[in-house]
Amino acid sequence: MTDQTATLSTFGAGSAAAARLRKRHAAEKRFRMYGVFALLFGFAFLVVLFSSIISKGWTAFLQTSVHLSVYFDPEVVNPSGNPNDHDELLRADYTKLARTALYKVLDVNTDDRKEKKAANELLSRGVDTQLKDAVLDDPSLIGQTREVWLLASDNVDALLKGSIDRDTPEERRALSNQQLAWVDQLDDEDVIAKRFNTGLFVNGASSNPETAGLGVALIGSAFMMLTVILLAVPLGVCAALYLEESATKNRLADIIEVNINNLAAVPSIVFGLLGLAVFINFLGLPRSASLVGGLVLTLMTLPTIIIATRAAIKSVPPSIREAALGVGASKMQLIGHHVLPLTLPGILTGTIIGLVQALGETAPLLMIGMVAFVVDYPTTPLEPATALPVQIYMWATAAERGFIERTAGATMVLLAFLIVMNSLAVYLRHKFERKW
Amino acid sequence: MCFAWGYTRITPQLRSRNIVETVMRWGLLGASTVAVLTTIGIVLSVLFETIHFFQLVPPQDFFFGTVWDPRFSSPGRFGGGEVGQFGLLPLLWGTLFISIVALLVAVPVGLFAAIYMSEYAGPKIRAISKPVLEILAGIPTIVYGFFALVTFGPFLRDMGAHVGLDISASSVLTAGIVMGVMIIPFVSSLSDDIMSAVPQALREGSYGLGATQSETIKKVILPAALPGIVGAILLAASRAIGETMIVVLAAGIAANLTLNPLEPVTTITVKIVSQLTGDLEFNSPQTLVAFALGLTLFVITLGLNVYALYIVRRYREQYE
Repeated sequence: MTDQTATLSTFGAGSAAAARLRKRHAAEKRFRMYGVFALLFGFAFLVVLFSSIISKGWTAFLQTSVHLSVYFDPEVVNPSGNPNDHDELLRADYTKLARTALYKVLDVNTDDRKEKKAANELLSRGVDTQLKDAVLDDPSLIGQTREVWLLASDNVDALLKGSIDRDTPEERRALSNQQLAWVDQLDDEDVIAKRFNTGLFVNGASSNPETAGLGVALIGSAFMMLTVILLAVPLGVCAALYLEESATKNRLADIIEVNINNLAAVPSIVFGLLGLAVFINFLGLPRSASLVGGLVLTLMTLPTIIIATRAAIKSVPPSIREAALGVGASKMQLIGHHVLPLTLPGILTGTIIGLVQALGETAPLLMIGMVAFVVDYPTTPLEPATALPVQIYMWATAAERGFIERTAGATMVLLAFLIVMNSLAVYLRHKFERKW
Repeated sequence: MCFAWGYTRITPQLRSRNIVETVMRWGLLGASTVAVLTTIGIVLSVLFETIHFFQLVPPQDFFFGTVWDPRFSSPGRFGGGEVGQFGLLPLLWGTLFISIVALLVAVPVGLFAAIYMSEYAGPKIRAISKPVLEILAGIPTIVYGFFALVTFGPFLRDMGAHVGLDISASSVLTAGIVMGVMIIPFVSSLSDDIMSAVPQALREGSYGLGATQSETIKKVILPAALPGIVGAILLAASRAIGETMIVVLAAGIAANLTLNPLEPVTTITVKIVSQLTGDLEFNSPQTLVAFALGLTLFVITLGLNVYALYIVRRYREQYE
């Protein structure tokens, strides 16, 4: 095409025509650049989004701990001397053990209450649970001295990760000069370190950033995904089979088809309203339960799975259908023996895409009360739980600075799940892609 | 036992295959009616609660009210709870305002990306750039919301402070731009498909008359693909109107009737969330108003979708 326009200009046209042509070609180039810019804008935004989240969130996978030798003082843990007294072990003041150990390391004047208080602020409130769990696991610890890693408070954690500036004046800094000196002292003695943060994956809800974790959310999300797989996949595949295979083009099939297309575009929050009104208010299922969340997400992902499955069924060539019917197979035998096995990869891909959508969905879950402060693991889908994206929402709206890092970390976990699932879908599609 | 029962039924007259066929066909039909039941469920449940709401608050106060001030439902105080004002207009305006900003971002970017992908780019670049751009639509909206809250909002505020503009950290602009990026793929992918479907003969005819490629696109391809592109934009708009998490985190909660994009506004979806999280009482207008808002949202998005699909479908018939 450029050849043609080039020869046109040599056709002896005047300089006015040549100028016009230059202008047109410049316009052409400009137009093309706009397209490149548009694409680059999209890519650049993706890069900025990911790098911003990763740069904020990667530190969440490390958590500062202090290495202390704690003496499990029987006077404190078990004054009655009976290690089988479970109640006493549960109620004991474990924080005191940790603090005593810390005072020893830092040479804190134990008569100075102010100084003690400042030192206490270096340790997380979660050390109580840490030590309690250790003792309940192994009551023979009582009376012994053990080296343990105990969580530092969120401010110490922030200092070591560089998000507290040492140059800010003391009265506006979260840590006092003395506390800074203590942290440096611990650092010099090599008893404070950033270690891999398993708590992020196992802990439940907590109001302290350093002990808050995704444990409950992961279990809740897993329950919901299970519900979606068990309900949405069979229902979706059956519906798609009906629409593609056995529905003679009657009114009912038409209505169902229009319905599915519209349902796919209904805002997700409306599904939440449905869940609230029908499952919770009308059927009386418990709020915050992952079963209800799973049901809502099932209804939401159903159209996605139906549409993907239908596309897969459509790609099965008619020759296979006709051959099967020709040797005397019934409609259901045709479906069971030929159509389903051939469409299985397509169904699988569609299911994964539906699950990806369900896993990242937040709004409908807010409606059915998944915004809950759940500390203990749910053991059944009927117990209160949260979900991964809901946990991100809750942390994003929390006030403490430490939660920003946690939120970004949780977002990375969510994105990692989605990337893995999407890659699986792409891989499956490539592996089983068949040209007829 | 079932086996024994089945065994006794076997006779030469039994057409078991036909029975199995019928049962399974009904099973499949039952599965596909779940979608219809869901729609009916949505309409009925939302409608039912909305009617409930309109018994407490007159419809004209809801649809034409300009003040959103629901108060708290407090049956203990003030003898049975104070009824606040439930004006829809500020929320509707906030929703539309943010969606307009989002479309101002998404339409030019999405359209130019689609033009580049369908007309200029080679098959290789297209095979890579289309899925990469579609990642934007696959990222959970909560991630966008968090990004707008902690990165983009403060960034805009600091930029504004540099040039002397007072931009609040959660503003129409923040939520609108981030949402606009999210819906780029809705515009670009569908427009790309539609432009690629324009017959090659139209292009060649235009080139034959001496038009450059961009002139062909502007004068021939875009007019031919216009209905489909409008359909794509409407679908993107419906997505923007129903979007929740970005606006919950980045748009603010104050119901403002403002024309200033630097101020926070609130949307229908934000208010649905804020009315329904916390303790619920199913007889207070404060809770029930969420269903009236949900119905409004459902009707608006459904209308947009049906119209968009109608346009897209009518266009497709032209060349097939």
